[in-house]
Amino acid sequence: MEMVNRPYARAFESYAVQHPEVLCLSADLTSSCEVDGFRDRHPEQFLSLGMAEQNMLSFAGGLGLAGFRPFLHSFGVFLYRRPYDQLMASIAYPRRKVRLMGFLPGVTTPGGMTHQAIEDISVMRAIPNMTVLEAGDATEVESIVAEADNVDGPVYCRILRGSVPRLFETPLKIGRMRVLAEGSDVLVVTAGITTEEALRARGALGRAGVSVRHLHLSTHKPFDARQVVEHAASVRHGVVTLENHLVTGGIGSMVAEALAEAGLSKRLVRLGLQDTYAHGGSRPYLMRHYGLDALALVRGVERLTGQETGITEEDLDAVRVEAVHSVVKAEAL
Amino acid sequence: MRNEKATEDIAGAIRRRVFEHSIRNNGGYLSQACSAAEQFAFLYNEALNLGPSTRPMVPPPFSGVPSASNPDYVTGAGYNGPFAPEYDRLFIAPAHYALVAYACLIEVGRMAPEGLEQFNRDGSSVEMIGAEHSPGMEVHNGTLGIGLSTAAGLAWGRKWKGEAGKVCVFMSDGEVQEGQTWEAVQAAAFHRIDNLWAIMDVNRQQCDGAMDSVMEVGDIAAKLRQFGAVVAEVDAHDVGALREAAATPHEGRPLIVLAHSSPTQGMEFLRRRFPRLHYVRFKSDEERREMNEAIAAELGVAPVNMGVH
Repeated sequence: MEMVNRPYARAFESYAVQHPEVLCLSADLTSSCEVDGFRDRHPEQFLSLGMAEQNMLSFAGGLGLAGFRPFLHSFGVFLYRRPYDQLMASIAYPRRKVRLMGFLPGVTTPGGMTHQAIEDISVMRAIPNMTVLEAGDATEVESIVAEADNVDGPVYCRILRGSVPRLFETPLKIGRMRVLAEGSDVLVVTAGITTEEALRARGALGRAGVSVRHLHLSTHKPFDARQVVEHAASVRHGVVTLENHLVTGGIGSMVAEALAEAGLSKRLVRLGLQDTYAHGGSRPYLMRHYGLDALALVRGVERLTGQETGITEEDLDAVRVEAVHSVVKAEAL
Repeated sequence: MRNEKATEDIAGAIRRRVFEHSIRNNGGYLSQACSAAEQFAFLYNEALNLGPSTRPMVPPPFSGVPSASNPDYVTGAGYNGPFAPEYDRLFIAPAHYALVAYACLIEVGRMAPEGLEQFNRDGSSVEMIGAEHSPGMEVHNGTLGIGLSTAAGLAWGRKWKGEAGKVCVFMSDGEVQEGQTWEAVQAAAFHRIDNLWAIMDVNRQQCDGAMDSVMEVGDIAAKLRQFGAVVAEVDAHDVGALREAAATPHEGRPLIVLAHSSPTQGMEFLRRRFPRLHYVRFKSDEERREMNEAIAAELGVAPVNMGVH
């Protein structure tokens, strides 16, 4: 599989230089959010706001009033936990065209509780006027910049940084989910980094005789409930959601709401963080420890179907070549 | 529209109108009119370069919040005139001063007196805590401390575009207890945002009572200067002094005028309520009658006829 180095850095720069109303804002995490090169090459389009996120969000609201479309770069957690009041009053309510670029979603950081955005989808999708997107591969990271900037209002994006696999050939489109497999036994719904895990699991599940239908979400809000329900209705056993997030308020909740409102009686297994914080550690370790990886998905499918597959860790396809991990710099802070 | 009346006269009229409204409605933000009447009158009558109002004299009812399905949504900013590069913009950061702001809009001819009849009525846009859609408001500021940051962002953008108009914030001293205020000042200084200025009503009062009993804030002027602002300190009730302070040069920095005010200016009878002045409610008909007569005498008007609503 192709690994792409720092896709966001290139995509943002090539887009922003063509759109002078786009501003690059940062709160002391400029290189950590891959916009250090942009800062150095385009200082007139860059604003350093320091470690002061409350001011940054309201300031961005003011820039929106002046006709600019600021892109705010920080770790996801810092864009909504401390400055939630400012997010509501200065950005979401007045529908400012502010683009919140949240890096290190979920357990993609070893930084522990303070750095891990594990409830951001839940928080963001509850906010009126907000659009919520998530990139799942290099192509989506590249295309999310222009797509987010088309939104007539505020948008929050979960962004992947560093070395990112390329899974898709077509760009991310708001409101369009990807149907990655059209099996008939179980519907699997994933987004972000869990899609790669599901790709690993699918091969093994197929060999074990489980026919998987697989949806990849890149738009959490607006959520296409109708389409999810149609896919859920077409499988025999039910649905498994796997998310790099708490199961409360995220994809698991969205699917549950969709099924309930449609009156579709299908079992649902929600995989992700189960009402718990995570701690600091490597991404593979955290995904294994908290049950967010391919093996956890296999076990979730077994729980749903009531049939053991016999699949072990060794059976899982290595969609992502392990050697790639070793040459990638550890997720630095 | 500007300068037809003396600013001092407008200030007096704001106090009278807020007083009459509060007596009729069994309470109101009386103290804010005492401390800030000259500041509002000064801003609207002299300091700000505003075009004529673009909105109806009687504010239309609440017409929904901003959403993709509400394309006709407008803010209350049109009462301050159209958005144009040469015109100033005003943010009223403590939205609790809305009654004073509405009274001022009436006195400067931007709103009809009947507009105030809708104050705090269900379905009205003339809300008790000024909202985005309330007359004279452009953004929500009911959560205290966000006004200066928003203004700094707008001012940076206007400067970048070469617009001549400035951005002004009416602030309250209680807001210096919020950390965001200091983040905003340091950012405005760091980015040399000097088309931004503020006038702060330093009345030393907040919701729980006197600020020193709630949270001491020390020397506000010294702190603001340390954070990079240019500061001018004046008697809030001296219009000439406000005029001079607003003209303080502040190249490369934001200007903050500290307007030291009395929370009972013009209505000394309210001293009896000290230090609970944030929202004055009457505890009995007797007290209401007493206050009606005493304050009317201070303001040089007849007591409010309680039979007329």
